Amino acid sequence: MADAKVIPLDEDTRARRGARAGGGGRPRGRSTGRPGLAAVRTDEAAPRDDASRDGSSRDGSSRDDVSRDDVSRDDGTREDAAREDAAREDTAVADAGSAGQGDADGGVGDASVRAHDEPGGASPAAALGAVAGALTDAVAGAADRVLGGRWDRRVAGGLSFLRRRITGDYEVDEFGFDEELTDQVLMSLLRPLFDSYFRVEVKGVENIPSEGGALVVGNHSGTLPLDALMAQVAVHDHHPAGRHLRLLAADLVFVLPLVNELARKAGHTLACAEDAQLLLERGEVVGVMPEGFKGLGKPFSERYKLQRFGRGGFVSTALRTGVPIVPCSIVGAEEIYPMVGDAKILARLLGFPYFPVTPTFPWLGPLGLVPLPTKWTIQFGEPIPTDGYAPEAADDPMLVFNLTDQVRETIQHTLYKLLVRRRSVFF
Amino acid sequence: MGNVVLVTGVARRLSGRFIRSVQREPGVDRVIGVDSVPPEHPIGDAEFVRADIRQPMIAKVLAEHAVDTVVHLDVTGMPLGRSRGGRALVKETNVIGTMQLLGACQKAPSVRRLVVKSTTSVYGSAPRDPAVFRETTQPKSLPGGGFAKDAVEVEGYVRGFARRRPDVAVAVLRFANILGPSADSPLAEYFSLPVLPTVLGYDPRLQFVHEDDVLDVLRVASREAERGTLNSGTFNVAGDGVLLLSQTARRLGKPTVPVLLPAVRWVGAALRGVGVTDFSREQIRLLTHGRVVDTTQMRETLGFTPRYTTAGTFEDFAACRGPGLLPPDRLARTVDRIAAALPHEA
Repeated sequence: MADAKVIPLDEDTRARRGARAGGGGRPRGRSTGRPGLAAVRTDEAAPRDDASRDGSSRDGSSRDDVSRDDVSRDDGTREDAAREDAAREDTAVADAGSAGQGDADGGVGDASVRAHDEPGGASPAAALGAVAGALTDAVAGAADRVLGGRWDRRVAGGLSFLRRRITGDYEVDEFGFDEELTDQVLMSLLRPLFDSYFRVEVKGVENIPSEGGALVVGNHSGTLPLDALMAQVAVHDHHPAGRHLRLLAADLVFVLPLVNELARKAGHTLACAEDAQLLLERGEVVGVMPEGFKGLGKPFSERYKLQRFGRGGFVSTALRTGVPIVPCSIVGAEEIYPMVGDAKILARLLGFPYFPVTPTFPWLGPLGLVPLPTKWTIQFGEPIPTDGYAPEAADDPMLVFNLTDQVRETIQHTLYKLLVRRRSVFF
Repeated sequence: MGNVVLVTGVARRLSGRFIRSVQREPGVDRVIGVDSVPPEHPIGDAEFVRADIRQPMIAKVLAEHAVDTVVHLDVTGMPLGRSRGGRALVKETNVIGTMQLLGACQKAPSVRRLVVKSTTSVYGSAPRDPAVFRETTQPKSLPGGGFAKDAVEVEGYVRGFARRRPDVAVAVLRFANILGPSADSPLAEYFSLPVLPTVLGYDPRLQFVHEDDVLDVLRVASREAERGTLNSGTFNVAGDGVLLLSQTARRLGKPTVPVLLPAVRWVGAALRGVGVTDFSREQIRLLTHGRVVDTTQMRETLGFTPRYTTAGTFEDFAACRGPGLLPPDRLARTVDRIAAALPHEA
């Protein structure tokens, strides 16, 4: 690993980037190694390398190792995949041959039986069989090439998914969390936003325990709660145990049609002590953003200034259930919709807590709803244990306030640190 | 000892089944069934007393037979049969009937145990409520009318009675939606529509309890508590697990028609107008926001474990009703056929 400390040259990065561009569009087989993701990390490697050249922390360079490792592993898998593809094509050809043969044989056999009635019927039947076999294989081969490997297995998987969905043969939990739908559909819809649009860099996800309950507490910003969704993708895709972050959402979410349905299916529930406690007792990872609408709808001028953390209800729930609190700092979400004004009258008419006015929003219509492509960082901090306190600690207001402050300060300081390290809002 | 058991509302099929099963309990000497109309189904060896629980005469029945266990099942959401009375009569039976019955029980020194059938709809259903209701949860918005409001009032009277007669063991069982072969609840009627109207943009979580489990838990509550359990208090009764409305429709094989929330009321009124189903406001709320209850108390304190899960209850119900327009097994076969038609790799 000594050579990994060598600062990669820009040419190197560019070459890799070029290789990726030449590598042919979409990465194949998301399930194997996530090449797309690793590729994004390769891009990120460049700025961080600059930083390390400027003499920044060891942390940066060690992370570099990881990303380089990823890249090499990725190359490995790609090679493997290529070899596998080639092998499969070979067998396919062989299959085609044997199938054609078989068909032909069958045709001949058939024909010989009927030879007396239809002289000369043999050759068209055999030819038809052979043509059909060849055609099927050609289509399969083309599909293999176009869809990128294992297409039939994917189609079969899709069909069995469809079969379960249309017959209602799937499970939801008491909160309405539909794990299958979340894994197969909702996460896949959010992933492009996560990987390619906001290019989220995830740090310290291992601070979330692999099993048992944990309370992830994050800062909230961005006018629309995209940051919470991105945190959910971050935990699900980057945590070694692939855990689901069960978000606690504002009651407005459950009033709105369609939104409430999707939120429940994605595993979110109402931000109240009862639900949070029940989820934590079941050993789930619960995500909460205690700033609520105060944080989400704060003006652009106050970006990255944490608002009041409610009444510390999340701390008492954590104390009651004895789960660790994992602070989570999200950088990048503040700038996606720079809120320069708040149309209070409209908000009151529509029953929303605020009505954002951004440089684009009401003016460009639906086009104004497109978030700015900022570069995000999500950092999960050291867990704060809560199991060392007496059972009545949850009702001790001083302790609750102190812990709330501790969590809030941790997130605020991490935000400042990440902001200092950030080169630009968009890259 | 529960020697003489009085059951109200025996003209209903569920109560009829209960009265037949409670006779076989050890230690039960006599069973008396009460209703204002004679039941159409057999009630075994039980005596039927034609009495309206809204009249003071019920006190005489209690005293005459020295009843010690009263099982009050005449708290229902639907009128019995199409012709009689409708909603006004149901409300009167629920509320005034309970008042009279409790008044009679208070005056009857022989009464030792009271079991009341209630419903989880006392929690209402609103988007601002917690996802899972416990017995102690205070609902954010109390039900404004209909059966749910009746049940809230009935429970209020029962609490008052329990205060005045602390020597009587009172069990209030809040049942989730009861389904089963003979269930005649509004939800069962809803599920027998050929096409299910749903509220656009909402997929409520539903919980069911099977009729057989209802009978079992009523028996558990109406006899002496077993060692280590306590059968007085308020308990949620529901099968394990949750089904979404969309899942129930798919498992039944019925197409759904999403309707905008404001228009649902018109659809409901239209359906009620042609006498298809009772699409009450409360039912619409249930089908919009759903309701799930916590059953820890039922398991740990009452010591009762239902035989059917929510999904199992629904499966049994669906099997009795027959498949809808899109039978799930046929859809599954179609998909399998498509899958089989695709070429497979070796």
